[in-house]
Amino acid sequence: MTSFTESAATALQLIVSLDTGLMRIVGRSLSVSATACAIACALGLMGGAWLGVARFAGRSVVLTLLNTFLAVPSVVVGLVVYLLLSRSGPLGYLGWLFSFKAMVIAQALLVLPVVTALTRQSVEDVESTHGEQLRSLGAGTLVRSLLLAWDERYALLTVLIASFGRAVSEVGAVMIVGGNIDGFTRVMTTAIALETSKGDLPLALGLGLILLLVVLFLNVLIGALRRWRERSESGAAAYQKVPPVLQVSA
Amino acid sequence: MKPAFRLHDASVHFGRPASPVRALSKVTLTIAAGERVALVGANGCGKSTLLRLLHGLVMPTTGQVQAAPTAEQAMLFQRPHLMRTTVQSNVALGPWLRGRSWRQAKAQALEALARVGLTELAGRSARQLSGGQQQRVAMARAWALEPTVLLLDEPTASLDPHAKREVEALMEEFANAASSMTLVFASHNLGQVKRLASRVIYLEHGRVLADLPVADFFSGPLLQQQYPAAHLFVKGELA
Repeated sequence: MTSFTESAATALQLIVSLDTGLMRIVGRSLSVSATACAIACALGLMGGAWLGVARFAGRSVVLTLLNTFLAVPSVVVGLVVYLLLSRSGPLGYLGWLFSFKAMVIAQALLVLPVVTALTRQSVEDVESTHGEQLRSLGAGTLVRSLLLAWDERYALLTVLIASFGRAVSEVGAVMIVGGNIDGFTRVMTTAIALETSKGDLPLALGLGLILLLVVLFLNVLIGALRRWRERSESGAAAYQKVPPVLQVSA
Repeated sequence: MKPAFRLHDASVHFGRPASPVRALSKVTLTIAAGERVALVGANGCGKSTLLRLLHGLVMPTTGQVQAAPTAEQAMLFQRPHLMRTTVQSNVALGPWLRGRSWRQAKAQALEALARVGLTELAGRSARQLSGGQQQRVAMARAWALEPTVLLLDEPTASLDPHAKREVEALMEEFANAASSMTLVFASHNLGQVKRLASRVIYLEHGRVLADLPVADFFSGPLLQQQYPAAHLFVKGELA
């Protein structure tokens, strides 16, 4: 217990003094996850919206695969990206393994099914109730999917925040493809794992606290968005799609 | 006069081919341009499916449908879907989707809003309006499309009496805007049918059981003798 309180006190001191090493790791972590989310959202929002509206042969197979990818462990994603980027892999010539780019790709791939599946669900729900009215006005599949995604923008903003939470808190994929190289590819989660194994509990705890604060901030943001939607729609059903509470994943 | 719609033995089935739900069965009818037709019948009798078939939102499983071009039609639904944007943008969406520039569409939207008396709400968020106002916005959106055929699926079913009167007055104004304007509406409100329709089509289990001029439909003896099921329905609704 004493060791825990001492570590916590030192951790707080590191945070309050804005320790350079700590802040570098936090900054890298946030920029990797933000870039990965931007890429995943650009693809996932469009793809998910289209899947929510389009009807084609084999759609149910695509949806089953998509839902399966939701549950893929991050270490498996890391392994696949590792194999792709390793020297003998098909993308080995890029020389991206153990770099910022490799971590971005891994996190983007991890988050893409989440963004796509939640967007698809959101858009499909509103398509089933109101898509016919847009069809009546002359909107085709693509236009309808974009219009409905725009109409569901507050719900999709929540999806975006949730996906960032998933990216920033994962450890397996970035550990494998980033290599946890000090000052280069070390991010919050990989640093926590390393420092804990080394016995440097204050730094691990400090990073853990910051990670928790980031996730807490995202959850507060989701709650605020939800209340804002409620207010702006004056009592209309606003609690339709609430993503799962953000968690730190292995 | 040139027909707006001509259906020959048109059927619409939903679900699996082995055990289909027969929403419409072998419907044959012609609706001339300029007619005001009311579709009546119990819930699930096929009124909405018939309107969707006329509008091209569902395809016939069997039979033939000749309809006025979709670009000349507008349809109003029981619960209008208005996007999370301003009233004016919601109305402008219609003409924009039919090929107008956004600027032109917004100008048309303002004109249409003036016709339904909602100019002062043009900048308001559409989702904050009452049910009656939302239906008037949907009416303005239909107006902005400059249709020659207006299809309405129980447009006043979920409104209070005051809003009902307002929307009904707009339907009347719409129908009177041009002599060639075709109005086809589904309704449970027989008073509304009497006031607005020139012809009544009674449906039961997806089949047309009676197709009469409005005066004949509401004259007890004729309906009772020739269409007893329709007569029972009317009696029940008026009771």
